[in-house]
Amino acid sequence: MTLMTILLVLLVLAALWASMTTLLLRATIALALASAMLAVVMYALGATIAAVLELSVCAGLISVVFVSVISLTQRKPFKDYVVRRMSRLTRFWPLPLVLIAAGVALTFVRAPIQVALPAAGAEEDVRVVLWNLRQLDLFGQILILLAGVIGVLVLFKREGKDDN
Amino acid sequence: MSHLLLLVPFAALILANLLPRSARPAATGIALGVLALQTVAVALPPLGLADWSALNPVDTAIGLHVSMDNLSVLLLVSAGLAGMASIFAAGPGLKTPRERFLFANLVLVALIGINGISMVRDLFSLYVFIEVTAIATFILVVLRHGVEAYEGAWKYVILSAVASVLMLASIALFILVEGGVSLSAITHALASPGPIPWIATALFLCGLFIKGGLVPFHGWLADAYSAAPAPSSIFMAGIVTKASGVFALMRLSQSVFVDALPTRWIFLVVGAVTLVIGAFLALTQSDMKRMLAYSSVSQIGYIVLALGGSPQLGIVAAALHFFNHAVSKSQLFANAQAIEEQLGTISMDRMGGLGSRMPVTAGTSAVASLSIAGLPPLAGFWSKLLIVIALWQVGQYVFAAIAILTSLVTLGYFLSLQRRVFFGVPLAEWANVREVRGRLLTPALALSLITVAVGLVFPLVLSLLLGGSR
Repeated sequence: MTLMTILLVLLVLAALWASMTTLLLRATIALALASAMLAVVMYALGATIAAVLELSVCAGLISVVFVSVISLTQRKPFKDYVVRRMSRLTRFWPLPLVLIAAGVALTFVRAPIQVALPAAGAEEDVRVVLWNLRQLDLFGQILILLAGVIGVLVLFKREGKDDN
Repeated sequence: MSHLLLLVPFAALILANLLPRSARPAATGIALGVLALQTVAVALPPLGLADWSALNPVDTAIGLHVSMDNLSVLLLVSAGLAGMASIFAAGPGLKTPRERFLFANLVLVALIGINGISMVRDLFSLYVFIEVTAIATFILVVLRHGVEAYEGAWKYVILSAVASVLMLASIALFILVEGGVSLSAITHALASPGPIPWIATALFLCGLFIKGGLVPFHGWLADAYSAAPAPSSIFMAGIVTKASGVFALMRLSQSVFVDALPTRWIFLVVGAVTLVIGAFLALTQSDMKRMLAYSSVSQIGYIVLALGGSPQLGIVAAALHFFNHAVSKSQLFANAQAIEEQLGTISMDRMGGLGSRMPVTAGTSAVASLSIAGLPPLAGFWSKLLIVIALWQVGQYVFAAIAILTSLVTLGYFLSLQRRVFFGVPLAEWANVREVRGRLLTPALALSLITVAVGLVFPLVLSLLLGGSR
């Protein structure tokens, strides 16, 4: 078993944990773990810049945002949590099985797909990509952030007296 | 000028947020001004009434990869009209100044997203601007909170996330085989042998079908439309879902799938199934907004069906139906808001005889309903006629027959709506109901006028579209 296989298995397990757990905080930790492992996989495949961005943005920044939002919520009573966990496990127990079965099935498929992966380090300079080639998408990203900020204001900020 | 269509709303967004708290009500005025400016500035050059070539140096200096054609103009004008209708409706529809301020902000963000969708020529940029529009729209649904709003937005978010994953996977596959995602690179990839470009195309189309609310991915649409506050419904039903799903399909049909038989068949089958199922679902609704939502599903089916017709006329027919539906559906949702304002309910089982109490709402609603149903000489008749001709030209007689027969079902559910809401003896419960105030009547009257006018000057509209559709 190679390091890559171990990483991929851990990645799938972390992703499953993130989707199966009923506690938001644990789901966030699991998601951060999955992102971290994905970053290592990306690095091993030669996509160093993508790996750095995945680690800093997805495992780092996004987790901070999630945790700060979760800190604004109220925890449910323990009894409710147990009931929800059981109902969730009853509903979603086939999910890991489906995933494992799909993985096993795919190993037997001989897909007629022959694509040469780009050589390590062949990617363009990230500065050129971001500021010369994908300026428009950066503008779009700024707008997505703005929309997210307005979303937080709508969902979480209480209306003040002077707003009325 | 294309760059200004992104930068002016962005500047307006910043300006609205720089206003002191006491001046925040002006934000809706700023948004209305931007929408009006966009509608007029974009509509005038094709009519030969203005020439903005003096602004070309601005585009050259900024150098983002965007450009306009007649298809873009159609989306930009539709977005301007639907946006203005929703801003007019925000006055009575949203109760607090804070809600109206946030609404104006979200409309401006969504407008930039829609403008971007209309002008990009790159699959990844298209995806980014679809996401900009979608995120602003999720929040528009929950603007007034409540369990139903959360449920509607939740379904929308989850299905949108699935669509995003599919589109990103598609983009990754195109980068893998072609090294780029410009529309010309996609065209080149599809011309080369191998299954990957077609797998990627199928994934991207599925993503767009979800965003556009096509069957079988239509589940979220009725919940989101009916749970959203009325001004949000007007904006979403009028333009948002069509821009993020259907317009992208039109752009790909025009630029990438010009002679691709497999995609034409996909559009025919998915379009026909969507228009039939949407129409029958609309027929069974008693909630007015849900009926209008399912009607939207059905009409989106017509637009997609047209893309399976003859390449040139199919695009023109789809574009014209896109515009007609944006105008008429924005107006019908404005009518629904007017009724909800006066009655406090949107259930058609509790209505009846409102025509004598709310004559302007009844009249404008009849115009929009009959136009969508395809009655001459209204605008909807011409676009449906073109759709049938486009299908006939490529020998798709069965699909043409489906389009015609489903038009009868459309007429059926809209006549049912008119009868249940406006005809008959007024119920005693609504004895004191009166017509709504001017702010809700203005969009209804203006959009009705456009529906009638486009129908009457149809040859001019057709020649404009044929002039630059390819």
